[in-house]
Amino acid sequence: MHDLTPLNALAGDAPANDTIGTLTLTENPELALASVAARKGQERKCKAALKQLLGKPAPGPGKACLRDPEAAFWTGPDQWMVGAPYDTHEDLADQLSKLLGAAASVTEQSDAWVCFDLRGAAMEDAMALLGPLNIQSMKTGDATRTSIHHLGCFVIRRDPSDWVRILGPRSSAGSLHHAIIAAMKSVA
Amino acid sequence: MTQPTQKNRLQGGLIDRSEKFKFIFDGKDYFGHPGDTLASALLANNVRLMGRSFKYHRPRGPLTSGSEEPNAMVELRGGNRQEPNTRATTAELYDGLFANSQNRFPSLAFDAMAINDRFSNFLTAGFYYKTFMWPASFWEKIYEPIIRKAAGLGSLSMKADPDVYDKGFLHCDLLIIGAGPSGLIAALTAGRAGARVILADEDFRFGGRLNAETFAVNDGPAQDWIAETLDELRSLPNVRLMKRTTVIGAFDHGIYGAVERVSDHLKTPAPDKPRQVLWRIYTKQSILCAGATERSIAFENNDRPGIMLAGAMRAYANRWAATPAQRIAIFTNNDDGHRTAADMHAQGVEIAAVVDTRPNQPVNLDYEVISGAQVINSKGRLGLTFAELKLADGSSRTLECGALGVSGGWNPNVHLTCHQRGRPTWNEDLAAFVPGGTLPPGMSVAGAANGTLSTHGAFETGQKAANAALRALDLKTSRRKLPEAEDAPLNITPFWYVDGASRAWLDQQNDVTVKDVKLSHQEGFRSVEHLKRYTTLGMATDQGKTSNMGGLAIMAELAGKSIPEVGTTIFRPPYTPTAIGVLAGRMRGKEFHPTRLTPSHKWASEQGAVFVEVGNWMRAQWFPQPGETHWRQSVDREVLATRNSVGVCDVTTLGKVDVQGADAATFLNKIYCNGFAKLAVGKTRYGLMLREDGIAMDDGTAARMAEDHFVVTTTTANAVKVYQHMEFVRQCLFPDLDVQLISTTEAWAQYAVAGPNSRKLLQKIVDPEFDISNDGFPFMACGNITVCGGLRARLFRISFSGELAYEIALPTRYGDALIRKIMDAGAEFDVTAYGTEALGVMRIEKGHAAGNELNGTTTALNLGMGRMVSKAKDSIGSVLSEREGLNEADALMQVGIQPLDPTQKITAGGHLMNADGPVDAAHDQGYVTSAAYSPILERSIGLGFLKDGGNRKGEKMRLVSPVTNLTVEVEIVSAHFVDPEGERLRA
Repeated sequence: MHDLTPLNALAGDAPANDTIGTLTLTENPELALASVAARKGQERKCKAALKQLLGKPAPGPGKACLRDPEAAFWTGPDQWMVGAPYDTHEDLADQLSKLLGAAASVTEQSDAWVCFDLRGAAMEDAMALLGPLNIQSMKTGDATRTSIHHLGCFVIRRDPSDWVRILGPRSSAGSLHHAIIAAMKSVA
Repeated sequence: MTQPTQKNRLQGGLIDRSEKFKFIFDGKDYFGHPGDTLASALLANNVRLMGRSFKYHRPRGPLTSGSEEPNAMVELRGGNRQEPNTRATTAELYDGLFANSQNRFPSLAFDAMAINDRFSNFLTAGFYYKTFMWPASFWEKIYEPIIRKAAGLGSLSMKADPDVYDKGFLHCDLLIIGAGPSGLIAALTAGRAGARVILADEDFRFGGRLNAETFAVNDGPAQDWIAETLDELRSLPNVRLMKRTTVIGAFDHGIYGAVERVSDHLKTPAPDKPRQVLWRIYTKQSILCAGATERSIAFENNDRPGIMLAGAMRAYANRWAATPAQRIAIFTNNDDGHRTAADMHAQGVEIAAVVDTRPNQPVNLDYEVISGAQVINSKGRLGLTFAELKLADGSSRTLECGALGVSGGWNPNVHLTCHQRGRPTWNEDLAAFVPGGTLPPGMSVAGAANGTLSTHGAFETGQKAANAALRALDLKTSRRKLPEAEDAPLNITPFWYVDGASRAWLDQQNDVTVKDVKLSHQEGFRSVEHLKRYTTLGMATDQGKTSNMGGLAIMAELAGKSIPEVGTTIFRPPYTPTAIGVLAGRMRGKEFHPTRLTPSHKWASEQGAVFVEVGNWMRAQWFPQPGETHWRQSVDREVLATRNSVGVCDVTTLGKVDVQGADAATFLNKIYCNGFAKLAVGKTRYGLMLREDGIAMDDGTAARMAEDHFVVTTTTANAVKVYQHMEFVRQCLFPDLDVQLISTTEAWAQYAVAGPNSRKLLQKIVDPEFDISNDGFPFMACGNITVCGGLRARLFRISFSGELAYEIALPTRYGDALIRKIMDAGAEFDVTAYGTEALGVMRIEKGHAAGNELNGTTTALNLGMGRMVSKAKDSIGSVLSEREGLNEADALMQVGIQPLDPTQKITAGGHLMNADGPVDAAHDQGYVTSAAYSPILERSIGLGFLKDGGNRKGEKMRLVSPVTNLTVEVEIVSAHFVDPEGERLRA
């Protein structure tokens, strides 16, 4: 076992956790991510393997498959992001490579993203200040790409529906966190 | 001090008399009530004089009671919250409000600059253009500052705004702009049908014109109907009510801009709350219910405080229980003016007379009606005292009054219908422009904004427009019985200005008179757009809402055309003045753009690194050590330590793109000008990307991790651009290739470990089962490894510094731990962290091109890499790189440059000239792109491009910079100052 200590995206001693009014924002470092892109001509095989992994069909455009331990959301034509708990799936990319073989290109994405969970009654109001996303039209299980504070992010509406997961570029975790906190204070 | 009285406060009104607000205007204390505006409270306190005019400094009071106000502009609040040009007519009163009049010196009542009024003959339209033309150099330094001081509106505090502003995004089926009778009924109709509705109104009270009238709705007070309607709307979860929200523009694709004034009615915003929010509203349908704006009639001296629009006077009386004076008169050309007289009379205000330009108006038993007469002049130094009349028989009469309500008819507020270049059409019955032509997609218009001025008409057209929108939305329409309301016609006879009037104000904000418009016509500025620019009619904060029509009418008369033939100027957003702060939102100061932090940022901060912004990245520029007082000391030390032992630098910022697929190598062959198909697994190669036009775009490396897997690196600056380019090539140019791309820049922390001791250091980090000896892991090798007892990582033996060097990558979350580990493990080698400055020095010493050389004008040939452009395959840019003009015999070639006198300095940006001969552009031989002090060579060195540079080594030249008066004698040398044979990096 190696002896390196991980540092959270916000570089705090513990993951950031803020409660403002009805809203809470949690930095979630416990997420392993890997991208899956079907190889040309292998789309069916790739989808079949993902179905086997997820227990339901690979999500279509704008959709996520919310389940444990592996979950996934659509990121582009025949492309998905697969997530799982980091503790048990640090080698998620390797696992998926083995599962998918030559059917897909798999790339480790765990540390490309910072993950924030925003929950609470005023979630939609806060999201309205953060970007052009039509959050009200999203239901549990919807996932999309949008721009927040000039940053390309993924937004997934979770269960219960007052909870959104925001994946943003990890190097800008501080800026993204600041923007979300400002919006939370505005609507609190 | 005596308690100020609200001498002109009437009965009733929509103000809360149970609470008193104290406020200060021009240093004097007053009282008002919740529900007041600053203007209504001042009128109630018998203050008519609220400002001085723009050019002539004439005393002015409010002309209107709304956002169209040209005159009553004040500096609201003080200190760093001081806000110039705030309309007193929309400024909501709060306890402790503080405002000053503006554009006056020393005081509002005695303004020294009012002398301008005496020289008005000189200050007519075009005065500035004609007078201050010569000498040209005087304009900026002398004329403009003087004019700016004398003219103009409010002043800026020059202090940073302490408040925050938000931007937000809303989506709806139907946006209703304006919450008067048509907007309210439309919202009710659409809301009941289940549409997602936003009802926005600029006022702080819903109801629109109903708030200013005494009309009954359903035989009861209109306020009761408004309250019931709002109760129902509030109960509908699909309806969002937004008061204090001005829709400022109709933009493309059904998108509207709106400014919500969240905290403007408070003394200071609550902590962390925005002062205002700029909303972008995405709509499927919209209904404009913006109402209409009354217009004036121009007569001599029609701008005295106390002279206002009749509808505004009625609004002050009915809504705010305030009158500008105890005895008033009315001047009208339509029936609406009589309504004001009736309402004012009912409030107990004495009516001096109603002067109607139309003949044979019915007699009124309560007050005198003078038919076929005109108000031709006014008197009163700081406020109206007398109105001079010309009667139907041509005789004169003087009317004593403290206020005069003027009604010249109503102009529908068509602005938003024209924001996409639509042109309004003329309505003869109203003598006004109404919406016409092509409206913004999805927009319809109802109520007074569409020229339907009665309350019944507003209800009827509002419901109709809502049902049309519901049909377009595929929702169920409904026709309920409309509330009962008045349905009176306007009965207008157009009357724009009094015969012979010259100093009769059309545009009170810009001091434009009837005479100015005539002068403009006389001097040939006859297009309505020229009229606007020449006279400034319709400019500034009110954008001519009360003045444009008057100007058009006079222009039409002079040109012998009809008003619609003259046409209107273009309506542009924003509808009302909008603070720059709300356009900026949160994006200001350090939050202007997001920052990106490297994995070693925390550690580097602890070391006291000096950071530099590179794009959004914060990179360590150098790491000052105790005793170092100049950056050069730090940089020289970092360079020497790296070249003599080992240095480490965070290079995470370089772009990384994962390229996978059966055709990955074929794909790289397309995007790089040099070949990649034959690159062995476990090897890295330098690659140069060309643009389609043959110019160099970016350079980097591609490491072949497996037969079907490459890791491509890009420069920091071009990471996003190159990734976009690669996706474009993949999706659009070669969609048949089996290749998949994803950025992994953020996923991996990457450090360059460089210097003769780099291998020894890394052998302490890399797990022992991986052989990184020179044989086991030679120059340009790459591979997956593990470090520190099993953590997955990648190692690349590549070198930017020219030293034996590696780049080591591992998951970003471990980047902080790794830099600490490297520094610990490297202590025995005096490992030194280096920043971007040392990195730059070493790459210049090595002759490696970077952004300064890949500057968008240079080709592979210029960069000395002409032969890299493979002829054995097709790649992007290869064909056009063969263009004749890019391949001339004396093409620029990259060279090294050093001063003959080692104590002299090379500066980037200087140009190379022959040792003898003229120094001018025609004799230019090339230019210097990068320069640095080389601590190894102990002299200044540079890289640059020189005509036929490959054949001019050893030549003595002059480096000149006429801008900085620099001339240095230099020698052209190899660009590879250090280790030209590359022995160090292969060691």
